[in-house]
Amino acid sequence: MIAFVVRRLLQSILVMLAVGFIAFSLFNYVGDPINNMVGQDTTLEQRQELRERLGLDDPFVVQYGRFLVNAVQGDFGLSYRHRRPVAELIAERVPATLELSLVAAFLALFIGVPMGVYTGLHRRGVISQLFLTVSLVGISLPTFLIGILLILVFGVMSQDINAALGFTLVPQLPTFGRGETVQLGWWSTGFLTKSGLLALILPSVTLALFQMTLIMRLVRSEMLEVLRTDYIKFARARGLTNRAVNFGHALKNTLVPVITITGLQLGSIIAFALITERVFQWPGMGLLFLQAITEVDIPVMASYLMLMGFFFVLINLIVDLLYYVVDPRLRADKAVAAGHQ
Amino acid sequence: MSGIGQHGDIAPAGLVAHLRDGFRRFFDGDVWYSFTRSPVVIVSAVVTLLFVAAAVFAPLIVPYDPFDLASIDLLDSEIPPVWLDGGDPRFLLGTDDQGRDLLSTIVYGARISLGVGFASVLFAMVLGVGLGLLSGYLGGTVDAVIMRIADVQLTFPAILIALLIDGLSRTVLPRDLHGEIWFYVLVLAIGLSFWVQYARTVRGSAMVERGKEYVQAARVIGVPPLLIMLRHVLPNVMGPVLVIATINLAIAVITEATLSFLGVGVPLTSPSLGTLIRVGQDFLFSGSWWITVFPGAALAVLVLAVNLLGDWLRDALNPKLR
Repeated sequence: MIAFVVRRLLQSILVMLAVGFIAFSLFNYVGDPINNMVGQDTTLEQRQELRERLGLDDPFVVQYGRFLVNAVQGDFGLSYRHRRPVAELIAERVPATLELSLVAAFLALFIGVPMGVYTGLHRRGVISQLFLTVSLVGISLPTFLIGILLILVFGVMSQDINAALGFTLVPQLPTFGRGETVQLGWWSTGFLTKSGLLALILPSVTLALFQMTLIMRLVRSEMLEVLRTDYIKFARARGLTNRAVNFGHALKNTLVPVITITGLQLGSIIAFALITERVFQWPGMGLLFLQAITEVDIPVMASYLMLMGFFFVLINLIVDLLYYVVDPRLRADKAVAAGHQ
Repeated sequence: MSGIGQHGDIAPAGLVAHLRDGFRRFFDGDVWYSFTRSPVVIVSAVVTLLFVAAAVFAPLIVPYDPFDLASIDLLDSEIPPVWLDGGDPRFLLGTDDQGRDLLSTIVYGARISLGVGFASVLFAMVLGVGLGLLSGYLGGTVDAVIMRIADVQLTFPAILIALLIDGLSRTVLPRDLHGEIWFYVLVLAIGLSFWVQYARTVRGSAMVERGKEYVQAARVIGVPPLLIMLRHVLPNVMGPVLVIATINLAIAVITEATLSFLGVGVPLTSPSLGTLIRVGQDFLFSGSWWITVFPGAALAVLVLAVNLLGDWLRDALNPKLR
């Protein structure tokens, strides 16, 4: 166990070093940092002096080391565009993205798993076919298109629809920004106000839909696989109730891959939040990064990359460890293998 | 080296023959049978072919050339589709904010979306299959290096990598140059974000094939490694690659549309479906929903058809999964 954890930790650190290297190369070789800081009328001597003071003439390894030390301390320099520390800019944006992502992940999991179980148990049912068709459409519609359609229905056309029907079928929902937020220390939350919660609905549904269909299909295929195995047949032969077989035996054994994929998908959700944020003008990290790309704001780009890398590595690490905890077979295999060596 | 030269003369013909045999086996029996038996798949195939045909012959079939400034009149802007009040029989699906015929613009948009999609799938396939073959056939250090790179890349979702490459090219290249070569930048960005899947699949198959007798026989009679890989191993690992390529086409089209929607993909001057949707979003609240809904529907139908084809192909080739 300890050897496994240590090996995974080392791997994670290597990946982070590689990501850090790419981010550092961005800083150093894309454009001249000095040009981005000084005005037109700065003399060559002054530029050289600034270059030396900032340590840009030091050997590559020294600069990379310094970059890493700063990065570990959360210091990513100043944004070219906003003239403020990047860490500060990102810290302001993190709560918006994380709240959106977590709500979306929650929705995806708690709607996707039951749908998957249902379609797995009732293979030929009408509702199952309906779920599957809808899920195929969900996979084929790009996230941003779903968002735009939701805006069209719930933001633009809702009043017309309701007026035509004579009663409220489609509620009018906010389609722009986070609504009112409450400041808790440095964390700004939209969970505590009505407008904040309403504003969350459309973006989180948009973000959740794709992951939901993915989880549903995964649970379904895993259920089908498990229901075919001998121990399920044996459980039925023993006369256990359907409920005990389906949920106690079958569902439990499908959960290992589901945990892995869901965990890994959490990373994707945070990354895909970028698209949702653009559609709904949600003031999160993704929007900041998109602005940075169009404005060539390299420190912001580099730190977003580092932060994403960190999130992904952390999530992968946790999922791997969780896998180990959840599936006793893995531990047993390892023990047997160790015994033979 | 002389060996490669000698075989090199006949290699292309031999390779084509091998591939042809492969295709014949591929469409023999089960696969073709299941195709003719499934109406959904036939419809998807027809829809996909229609899109491809429309994209290829766009200049011949559209009523207006959306890039011809002379045919565009700003007074025609935001005309709704024919069947709504204020519709104009000249413009079947209405016009966009600049007075361009929406139907023509969508056909041209599909042309660009499919062009980028096909090119990036091809690029990812060549790169991935090449590296996968090297990795699986040679093994050792080459294998370790290639697969570690693949591992690191797999840590991140493809869209983020494509976005990063595209964003970087914007910062490195001068603005004018980027305006000219955006097609290649996009293909590179999307292709580079998808090669890992091919590489892993091909590596696995190549490792199996390497141990088989026909490969050993070829090695014994002195066929150079490169030729063994291309003429003997490659045709035997192509089946799963074609499945991945079909499914990847849908993903590549979505990725292109997403990048364009985010404003970093295809420039406004030659709009793809994604660009059209982005432009249309600004007109949602002014009531001109058709500018964004029709390109969106075209994109959704195209992707759905390709996805269905890919699903069918995967099931047909792997009866186990059904």
